[in-house]
Amino acid sequence: MTRMERKRLCMGLLFISPWILGFLAFSVYPLLSSLYHSFCDYSVLSPAVWVGAENYSTLFNDDVFWRSVSNTVFFAAVAIPMGMVLSLSLAILLNCKVPFQGLFRTIFFLPSLVPMVCLAVLWQWMLNGDLGLINNSIRPLLNGINQILGTHLVPPNWLQEAAYAKWGLIFTGLWGVGHAVVIYLAGLQGVPQHLYESAEIDGAGFWVKTRHITLPILSPVIYFNTIMGLIGTFQVFAVPYVMTGGGDGPERSLLFMATYLYQNAFDYWNMGYACAIGMVMFLIILSLTYLSTKLSESHVYYEGK
Amino acid sequence: MIRYWEKWNGFEADAMRVIVDDFNASQDEIFVEYSSVSQIDRRLMLSIAGGIPPDVAGLWNYVLPVYAENNALTPLNRYTEAAGIKRDDYISVYWDMCTHRDYVWALPSTPSSTALIYNKKLFREAGLDPEQPPRSIAELEAYNEKLMKRDEDGRLITCGHIPAEPGWWNALWGYWFGGELWDGKQSITITSPANTAAYEWVASYPERFGARDLMSFKDGFGNFASPQNPFFTGRVAMVMQGPWIYNFIQNYAPADFEWGVAPFPSVDPERFPNVTVVEADILVIPAGAKHPEEAFVFIQYVNSQAPMEKLCLGQRKFSPLRETSADFFTQHPNPYIREFHDLAQSPNARPVPSTTVWTLYANEMNQAFGRIWTQTSSPTEALSDVQTRMQESFDHRARRWDRMENTLLTEWEKP
Repeated sequence: MTRMERKRLCMGLLFISPWILGFLAFSVYPLLSSLYHSFCDYSVLSPAVWVGAENYSTLFNDDVFWRSVSNTVFFAAVAIPMGMVLSLSLAILLNCKVPFQGLFRTIFFLPSLVPMVCLAVLWQWMLNGDLGLINNSIRPLLNGINQILGTHLVPPNWLQEAAYAKWGLIFTGLWGVGHAVVIYLAGLQGVPQHLYESAEIDGAGFWVKTRHITLPILSPVIYFNTIMGLIGTFQVFAVPYVMTGGGDGPERSLLFMATYLYQNAFDYWNMGYACAIGMVMFLIILSLTYLSTKLSESHVYYEGK
Repeated sequence: MIRYWEKWNGFEADAMRVIVDDFNASQDEIFVEYSSVSQIDRRLMLSIAGGIPPDVAGLWNYVLPVYAENNALTPLNRYTEAAGIKRDDYISVYWDMCTHRDYVWALPSTPSSTALIYNKKLFREAGLDPEQPPRSIAELEAYNEKLMKRDEDGRLITCGHIPAEPGWWNALWGYWFGGELWDGKQSITITSPANTAAYEWVASYPERFGARDLMSFKDGFGNFASPQNPFFTGRVAMVMQGPWIYNFIQNYAPADFEWGVAPFPSVDPERFPNVTVVEADILVIPAGAKHPEEAFVFIQYVNSQAPMEKLCLGQRKFSPLRETSADFFTQHPNPYIREFHDLAQSPNARPVPSTTVWTLYANEMNQAFGRIWTQTSSPTEALSDVQTRMQESFDHRARRWDRMENTLLTEWEKP
């Protein structure tokens, strides 16, 4: 390395040092520290005692932890595709040249600005089994069906019945698709008009154009939103926490990995155990991200490549 | 100057502020800086870990064991002995809940006990004598049958008593059946016959009234601290509550609301009379506090008779001290305060178990209660799941204690 190169390297490092220092102090150090504490019996206030893999062996035999994992996986598996279809369709619709386009875009984005805790409280009332807006709108429908078929269908008590609680949460989550819509809309601006024009000359309709032009060109954006969705759903915490009043929901149907981690760390004084849960979460998200990168390699189109 | 963190806000916080002001005015050596802090249990834990705790903190009795065993508090034995404060000065349950592993960790501020609170008007409308509240579980159920009303679609409009409202003591119903949550040492006893009987009683509600009906009935309830509280709107005729219910009635119930207080009925009032759950707000000195001596002077002041009565009057509670002055009860706005006070002295006045795993235990019991209430599990099944899980956590904490015991005891003995 010449003197010039060394100087340049130092300058470069100097310029990115705020970022590097922040990353070391606020990401790397906590990560390593929780890795270490996941092998300890640690309650925050008394010194950590090394216990080897005890936390992990307890974790693998802890039914409640596995319940939280399966809840989280189910939530991610349903909420991500539903969110993607909804936000993508909204983005395509909002991209149509119609009057008041800007107004529509604003209206669909507005719910995303509601803070999570307010969102949770609001939906708690929307999903209320007795007084909720949702049940009051489907009750007449069910009564009609009951009259015709002689059945006894009643709307569910969304947040009190284990079979419906997660669906209630998923609907709540769909309210916040606005951010994804904005990203898709930005992506849609990058689709070259001439491709549509030549497809139209070949007689392609809306579906063919969407399938063969829009989606392939949007693929990196879809991929990005999927990864963000993956991370977001695996860390879901605030909304179910507020909706259940800090509890686990009926039959633990709203207990997610992040909630269980929080409970262990701050309610049960099991910080070591909470660190172990955090490590497992980290590995799961890491491997899912890796997997989706591998799987999507041949399906994602990058302009430069 | 010492710093004091209190969990209350609202009128309870104001009542304590008056006492702090009195204390500050009564002498000029110690000045107490008083602040009300939300989520105090978590903030206190983090402030102690960070080495900057307040000198005095107001907590709940049920978090005391976990704070004590995590070396987060200063033992008070030396101070109480020097000041001549002893168990006999207090209604014994309140002193006992301030001790853990033979050390004194706190002194009470304001206490409570629970009782059956009932709506006299609904009793009259159902043809029941409002001066004869139920005394046994069997009588309670007979009253329930009379008080229950449905509309023409079969939806529940009024119930007598349902154990799920407000659902604050889901873990403790065994107490009214003679049950214990643990043996006091190392075993969880939630599957005992008495506890099983209690949760079979809970299970009888969805069996009799319909699980779905009860769920949508409960979903129609408003917030506890609002005029839509189902007890104030006359949707439930009886609830278990503490002395604080007086304030809620003052603030939220209709002007013509008539209520009465009685011991909550037990399965056998001869064998288990006057069963009540006792709780207390407590004052502690966090470990690492900079001015423990001064902090104790303040705690001692709060625990002397006149300021304590002033505080309890302000917070609408009764005094935890054994001696209560004659005009305390006559001055007290709550006409039933003596009932709550007397219940606390009953041999069946029971606190939550003094164990570090209480929050987990309560959460497990809430789950079990929910499963029984929605009829997804039988009481036996739900309780035996709690038994297994809690015994494991219990053993885990016992191992932690064994590892830490010597270090902690040496630490606590240090002058």
